[in-house]
Amino acid sequence: MTRSTSLSHAGRALGRPSSSGFLQSWLPRLVLAPSVAISLFFVYGFMLWTFVLSLTNSRMLPSYDFVGFAQYGRLMANERWWVASTNLVIFGGLFVVICLVLGAFLAILLDQRIRREGALRTIYLYPMALSFIVTGVVWKWLLNPGLGLQAMVRGWGFESFTFDWLVDPDMAVYTLVIAAVWQASGFVMALFLAGLRGIDDSIIKAAQLDGGSLPRIYWRVVIPCLRPVVFSAVMILAHIAIKSFDLVVALTGGGPGYATDLPATFMYTHAFTRAQVGLGSASAMLMLGGVLAILIPYLYSELRSRKNG
Amino acid sequence: MDNVIRRRTLGARLARLALYAALLLAALFYLLPLAVMLITSVKPLDEISAGSLLALPQSPTLVPWAKAWGEACTGMRCEGVGGYFWNSFAIVIPAVAISTVVGALNGYALTKWRFRGSELLFGLMLFGCFIPFQVVLLPMAQTLGWLGLSSSRAGLVLVHVIFGIAFTTLFFRNFYVAVPTELVSAAKLDGAGFFRIFWRILLPVSAPIIVVSVIWQFTQIWNDFLFGVAFSAHDTQPVTVALNNLVNTSTGVREYNVDMAAAMIAALPTLVVYVLAGKYFVRGLTAGSVKG
Repeated sequence: MTRSTSLSHAGRALGRPSSSGFLQSWLPRLVLAPSVAISLFFVYGFMLWTFVLSLTNSRMLPSYDFVGFAQYGRLMANERWWVASTNLVIFGGLFVVICLVLGAFLAILLDQRIRREGALRTIYLYPMALSFIVTGVVWKWLLNPGLGLQAMVRGWGFESFTFDWLVDPDMAVYTLVIAAVWQASGFVMALFLAGLRGIDDSIIKAAQLDGGSLPRIYWRVVIPCLRPVVFSAVMILAHIAIKSFDLVVALTGGGPGYATDLPATFMYTHAFTRAQVGLGSASAMLMLGGVLAILIPYLYSELRSRKNG
Repeated sequence: MDNVIRRRTLGARLARLALYAALLLAALFYLLPLAVMLITSVKPLDEISAGSLLALPQSPTLVPWAKAWGEACTGMRCEGVGGYFWNSFAIVIPAVAISTVVGALNGYALTKWRFRGSELLFGLMLFGCFIPFQVVLLPMAQTLGWLGLSSSRAGLVLVHVIFGIAFTTLFFRNFYVAVPTELVSAAKLDGAGFFRIFWRILLPVSAPIIVVSVIWQFTQIWNDFLFGVAFSAHDTQPVTVALNNLVNTSTGVREYNVDMAAAMIAALPTLVVYVLAGKYFVRGLTAGSVKG
């Protein structure tokens, strides 16, 4: 380090042409400038803009009649918003937990020196390459009571078998969980597998010499080592859950009625099809708040661990 | 350790059997929807309503695929999803190319030409990876209108570039951090400039991260629905929006085989990429999410 600084001093002392040196030292900044400007305008500026819109009584088009926090009040009094928020808690909670459990389970199984591990991994992960629209369309077909899984099992002779969650307002939200878990659990598996491969074998061997059974070793020794992976996975999955829009549109269309609305579909419907730009903006801001509530503790712990490690 | 493994008791063998059974069961769960999608897409309609979900087609036919590609109704028009499939490519290719190039230059400047505040700028840009896009939809719609890009493919390219740069910058930055700085410092001493060093030293070693970035951006943009549905018109829709319209167009008999064929068409490009370059796909997922 010291050597390189002294060398660069030497270089300067030798008398580089100063105009090109000036340009060279500003080039990196010039290269970054457009991206930074884009980020400032299209991310931070737009967030602020949406916040401003949420304080107005904009209907079909943005207007700038300020009404304070009245739109947030309307949102709080809106039954459909509460359905959407409750759905997000149910959907998000189940989606995250099931993905974690299934992903960790599959990763541990795959880590037992399995033949054809590569092929299995490919099969578990491929849904992640698909669009949520495709996933929604396929599961809508599988779950439709008339010709899908229900009809198939009935055809096997179980005449009273019923699996009609898709058209049941109380159960339809769980079909979102099924489809989303199908799509994302393989990804969690890949995260855990990478984490498992990063653990020093000697820890496990030592625990085995101490006479621990395999499940016990995993529960007590290995899983605690994977805490950072769990943390990242929760973050990503929660993020997917809050942003979930396409899956709802394709699988249930928010229905029956608005039984499977999520905040993302609520926002889109009100802002773009029901001419409620103010209310839609307010709901978008609350979604941002939700993301920040997850993100800030995550970034905080990331920065802390980076400083300590 | 080896002794422990070689001493296979009956119990251990049963456990091994259960292990493989569980793994195969899981594989079936993941494969079932794809299998059903494929089987349904080559079945005539009467076989679908008469037979079981998993029954193989008695008289397989490609008519549903042809119909999905060229005739099926997506909303008001009945031209299939073929045109929208090409729309998606017309949006994806420039958006991927531009965002990857910009990301590479950003990552290079942020790691090999650090200056005061460069880390702060990176943090600032990184935030763009995390926002829910609902929060930018309305201002974006208005801005695209001002730019004269409403409902155009160019507008969608712009949107995808803007919100893709945060990810590509993250990829390249984390990759270039690990490239030894000594070479760059030496080149600087020799008087090589910003772009020359990038071209001669960084770019030749960048192949893996370019692949990661291209694959990540390709799947993200191809699979996008939110921007597509918000910022496109009838003739500029990406294929995901067309697929959704096709499935939800309710005229006459529901043709499930055509729906599934259209879904396959929309899924094929990303599936092909995944099969060909799965390793890089996984790396992109984990790099984009876990860091480094």
